Amino acid sequence: MADEKDKKPGDEDKLSLRREAADAEHAAKIAGDVPSREGPDKPETPKHRRKGRHGVAMNEVPSTGHEWDGITEYDNPMPRWWLWTFYATIVWAIGYLIAYPAIPLVNSATQGLLGTTTRQQVAAEIERFDQANAEIQTRLASVELEQIPNDPELVSYATNAGGAVFRTWCAQCHGSGAAGGPGYPNLLDNDWLWGGTLEDIHLTLQHGIRDPHDPDTRYSEMPRYGRDGLLDRAQISQVANYVLSMSDQPHDAGLASEGEVVYLENCAFCHMEDGSGDQAQGAPNLADAVWLYGGDIATVTRIVTEGPYGVMPAWSSRLSEAEIRAVATYVHGLGGGE
Amino acid sequence: MSILSKHKILEKNASLLLVFSFLVVTIGGIVQITPLFYLENTIEKVEGVRPYTPLELTGRDVYVREGCYVCHSQMIRPMRDEVERYGHYSLAAESMYDHPFQWGSKRTGPDLARVGGRYSDEWHIDHLTDPKSVVPESIMPKYGFLKNRIIGPEHIAQRLETDAMVGVPYTEEMIAAAVEDFRAQANPDADADGLMERYPGAQQRNFDRQPQLTEMDALVAYLQVLGTMVDFSTFQPDDRR
Repeated sequence: MADEKDKKPGDEDKLSLRREAADAEHAAKIAGDVPSREGPDKPETPKHRRKGRHGVAMNEVPSTGHEWDGITEYDNPMPRWWLWTFYATIVWAIGYLIAYPAIPLVNSATQGLLGTTTRQQVAAEIERFDQANAEIQTRLASVELEQIPNDPELVSYATNAGGAVFRTWCAQCHGSGAAGGPGYPNLLDNDWLWGGTLEDIHLTLQHGIRDPHDPDTRYSEMPRYGRDGLLDRAQISQVANYVLSMSDQPHDAGLASEGEVVYLENCAFCHMEDGSGDQAQGAPNLADAVWLYGGDIATVTRIVTEGPYGVMPAWSSRLSEAEIRAVATYVHGLGGGE
Repeated sequence: MSILSKHKILEKNASLLLVFSFLVVTIGGIVQITPLFYLENTIEKVEGVRPYTPLELTGRDVYVREGCYVCHSQMIRPMRDEVERYGHYSLAAESMYDHPFQWGSKRTGPDLARVGGRYSDEWHIDHLTDPKSVVPESIMPKYGFLKNRIIGPEHIAQRLETDAMVGVPYTEEMIAAAVEDFRAQANPDADADGLMERYPGAQQRNFDRQPQLTEMDALVAYLQVLGTMVDFSTFQPDDRR
């Protein structure tokens, strides 16, 4: 409000008055400046002149003859290079149609003169690689298992090939670095559930562990002491503390001393009295500090209550004998092999 | 140029244009529709492919609902690297009872066409609950909630009927026994003779190791059957396909 009051009155009026005066002064000139226009616009023929390749003037670009409200349309040809490429693709397509499988018919597609099939191609490709490795693969598959470590060439091949197989088929559980995880054994240490010799690893790979599809699979089942009511909660707590005391993990000494009896009655048959385990039935060593599921009281209690049931698939149906031997050698060579 | 100038006749007579347009559409339609009547011929005959069991089918619905197909394909292409990594290339017959098929065209995760039997049930449960716990490099989301979602067989018979309607050979007997089969497959103590007879090779066990029947049971049952139906030791590939 203050701004409007401060403004000098009549400023805008003066400006418009000045404009009107100027317009009046030049009125005659403004009126005379109307551009002359004789008639409606005619369609103009385009005035482009193009130079041809050798400096010869080419014809003016013709019009298509179409006209809309005085607007006409140039009839420019497609660039020559584009047109010829286009024709070439048509010719190529016809050739392709004849040479390769192309047109789907009632029972199958046309086969093409070259007789190409992707199935044959992939079979041939696999065959080519098998052939390239055939000699050493046969040797690896046929040599006595315990002789493999004595043959540097086999060891070198098996370690590399086995590493590739491991990363494809085993890393999902045992980790890409083979260090395992809770429930999935670490393959780098020298603590083995079912044995760490080359023969043991080889057998485990062939038939798996508790694989429902393989009748020769390694099998053992720890009872579900809690869930099946074999032990009550107090006893489980005692035995869990006792198990932890074996490897000096944090534990309740009072409960642990009571747990010894429970342990000897229930667990010692498989895990041995001193807790050293039994590889023949996959019973882990409880006296060391290596834990499959975890070395705390909660985990040990859970395992005793629910019973572990680790499964490893049998690989003999998926991998060749040479591949199984290669990955066995690889795992054996990771550091813990016996 | 003469044919082009004759085209003007078509353009200037509406009825004639209509008749000829119809002719063109008819030809296009025949070319597209006729092959569908011969679809059966394009599926190679192989031994062993059976319809999914009621539990597997439920797991498949969970798979579709959770959008697993967005990151996982179920289609091993005939190429050496794929065959060596995933197993035998996929056959049309292996997905002939899939409605809709789960071939997919994008792999953020690996192909799952032959994931059945490749990992233990525990691994699947661990991995679905927390993928990073077993595969630290994984970017897969967690699906642990499936363990808490109890499922029942209320609609399973209708579900089988629906698939039967679109051509999956579920028999009257299968539909009648759907509820029984649904429960039996996840219960290791149940009598599974009927299940095994109706669905040869079906796996019967408590998939998620929980007493209750959950979506985890169903999904793991489905994953464990993927790609395991065809016995490739008896398979003779037809190279013309």
